[in-house]
Amino acid sequence: MKAGKPVRTYGQGRGPAIAWWGNPAARALIWQALLAIAVISLFVWAGRNVVTNLRASHITWGFGFLAEPASFDITGSLIPFRAGDSYGRALMAGFGNTLTASLTAIVIATALGFVVGVARLSNNALVARSASAYVEVLRNTPLLLQLLVWYNVVLKALPGPRQSIALPGGLLLNNRGLYGPWPVESPGWNAVGAGLLTALGLCIGLAAWSARRRREGKAALTLWAIAPAVLICLPLAAAWLTAGSLVGALPVTWPELRGFNVGGGVTLLPEFVALVLGLSLYTSAFIAEIVRSGVQAVPKGQREAGRALGLGEGPILRLIVIPQALRLIIPPLTGQYLNLTKNSSLAVAIGYPDLVSIGAGPVLQNTGQALEVISLIMLIYLGLSLLTALLMNWWNARMALAER
Amino acid sequence: MKRAPVLMAMTCGVIAAAANGAPASAGVLDQVKQRGELICGSNPGLAGFGVPDDKGKWTGFDVDYCRAISAAIFGDPDKVKYVPLTAKDRFTALQTGEIDVLVRNTTWTMTGDTAVGASFTSINFYDQQAFMVRARLGVKSALELNGAEICVQRGTTNELNLADFFRAHKMDYKPVAFGSAAETVRAYDAHRCDVFTSDSSALYAERLRMTNPAENIVLPERISREPFAAAVRKGDGQWFDVVRWVGFGLVAAEEAGITKANVEEKRASDNPELRRMLGVDGKLGSGIGLPNEWLVNIVRAVGNYGEIYERNLGENSRLKIPRGQNNLWNKGGLMYAPPIR
Repeated sequence: MKAGKPVRTYGQGRGPAIAWWGNPAARALIWQALLAIAVISLFVWAGRNVVTNLRASHITWGFGFLAEPASFDITGSLIPFRAGDSYGRALMAGFGNTLTASLTAIVIATALGFVVGVARLSNNALVARSASAYVEVLRNTPLLLQLLVWYNVVLKALPGPRQSIALPGGLLLNNRGLYGPWPVESPGWNAVGAGLLTALGLCIGLAAWSARRRREGKAALTLWAIAPAVLICLPLAAAWLTAGSLVGALPVTWPELRGFNVGGGVTLLPEFVALVLGLSLYTSAFIAEIVRSGVQAVPKGQREAGRALGLGEGPILRLIVIPQALRLIIPPLTGQYLNLTKNSSLAVAIGYPDLVSIGAGPVLQNTGQALEVISLIMLIYLGLSLLTALLMNWWNARMALAER
Repeated sequence: MKRAPVLMAMTCGVIAAAANGAPASAGVLDQVKQRGELICGSNPGLAGFGVPDDKGKWTGFDVDYCRAISAAIFGDPDKVKYVPLTAKDRFTALQTGEIDVLVRNTTWTMTGDTAVGASFTSINFYDQQAFMVRARLGVKSALELNGAEICVQRGTTNELNLADFFRAHKMDYKPVAFGSAAETVRAYDAHRCDVFTSDSSALYAERLRMTNPAENIVLPERISREPFAAAVRKGDGQWFDVVRWVGFGLVAAEEAGITKANVEEKRASDNPELRRMLGVDGKLGSGIGLPNEWLVNIVRAVGNYGEIYERNLGENSRLKIPRGQNNLWNKGGLMYAPPIR
């Protein structure tokens, strides 16, 4: 700085000059900068440690291992996996299993939770008390313990494969799983699949059209009668047109005893059943409480107003109470869905090949790429959770009170 | 602003630590000596190899190896902290420095030495993978197992050998894999699977835990080689040597006839080989950072290789596994130690 230039001070001409460190804004800025430096340094330090330690143990960082062939097998994954497929595919198979188990459990937990939650509010003391007992027992014991109990119940209660219980519809039940008939890949079944998709699209379109007509004050469609007819007839018609006749167009494999075990058909593993059972019962207890509190939070006056208008109990619940309760239920419900998805990683304890069990098991063990595998698993769970939250937020926004 | 100085000190500390960069890397041997305790990764519970008793005291074949290392360093076999690890977690624990040494019936493989970042020292047990079935099934050979459901532990070499075996013989099977050995055994015992596969030593040990041990038989086929070895983290030559030579020392002591009972007597011998081994002559022990009487301390605490074997796995134990391949090289086995000189 050249001599003779005026020194700039704060608060010129208005009272005594304040030094820059006396200025609250400048001080806040300095503290923030220091904190930022500290946080960044922490990350740099951790990163450098990782690099040094990896180098010291001669481990090379990278995701190239995902394309390499793995030499282990996975039973009962939705995405088929055999020894010789890549590690990446193994992770995909695990992810597919996590998704299947979580989605199934979410549907069951929600249905059960709504029923139990409403039951807790019942005027019938027996129903209300039973629902309370259900909630308290399931909510207050560790999930891992419940999973182990269910798994052992499933294994112990069922007979071996040679004494399988034959259920109606060609189903076989034993301690290796629940076996059922399954379609064999054929032009007929492909046509059924295509027909089903078309029918679904058609039904959604009809529902939207019907809703618009209702808003416009015109008569709505009797969807409950039309939808099932479309969903059944369209696929069958497609199969008939493709194969020329329905007889023999839809081949099916039936489960039967072959050697040690039941072969053919499709299998629901006992591990899957125990996991879905454990997860959905545990989470349903929490959902029941959310539903109960949501319904109770709707002011009593709303029901009374409904009665004053001459509505019956059914319409009051359907048109007045539930829409208002949903606004309170959806946000905490999202949290439960996220918990359930993450809790599904306890599958490792009962031998269900989910993402963590496959990833942290054979994939990590045989490649040694611990950091990569674990961060990949974390990213997948994070992505799944964010997606769930996004969908639920969208639903929440639709349900939220529209203020005009 | 009372918090300001604290916050400032913390900030400075973090910055200083970051500037300092990588952590000071003293050798593992020095760290163990400074800590006054060896941290040994062990099996969470496998009869004969490593199990805690009802008082929390660990015993077993692998545990005695940890005790031998502790005796070599401290002259006291009990300065060991055991960290029970499942097969799935063991290498991660070693990589991250949670344990100093992994002695946990772990198979030495090439991947273990390269990708996993471990260094296997010396083999302490030669094992092979086998199959166990219920006698009632009427199966006499592993080649009759087409279509079977097989219980196996996740993340082990057993899982891989199993896939290889069935692929090589063009047979079909369904693996049911569990995270821990205990769960695997429990599932087989609950008839979830037709077959249980593991290393043959583990099959014999786990059979003791089953509801009806006598109804289970081990099939004659051995489908793999499973050499168990103690492993250390890669990159510390001195620590590698210490663990490796404790193993060799145990075998050499058996070959030289040094036992827990006669070690003091042998020390007074004028045989030059014995005098060298037992630290009377030369400075072999201090050469790798141990007291000169390292081998005396080891044998006094746990005995020689043969004594450890007999006590935990052999005739004096519940397992009664014959020495077989684990006998000394001059008695028809594979156990061989390079000369201590």
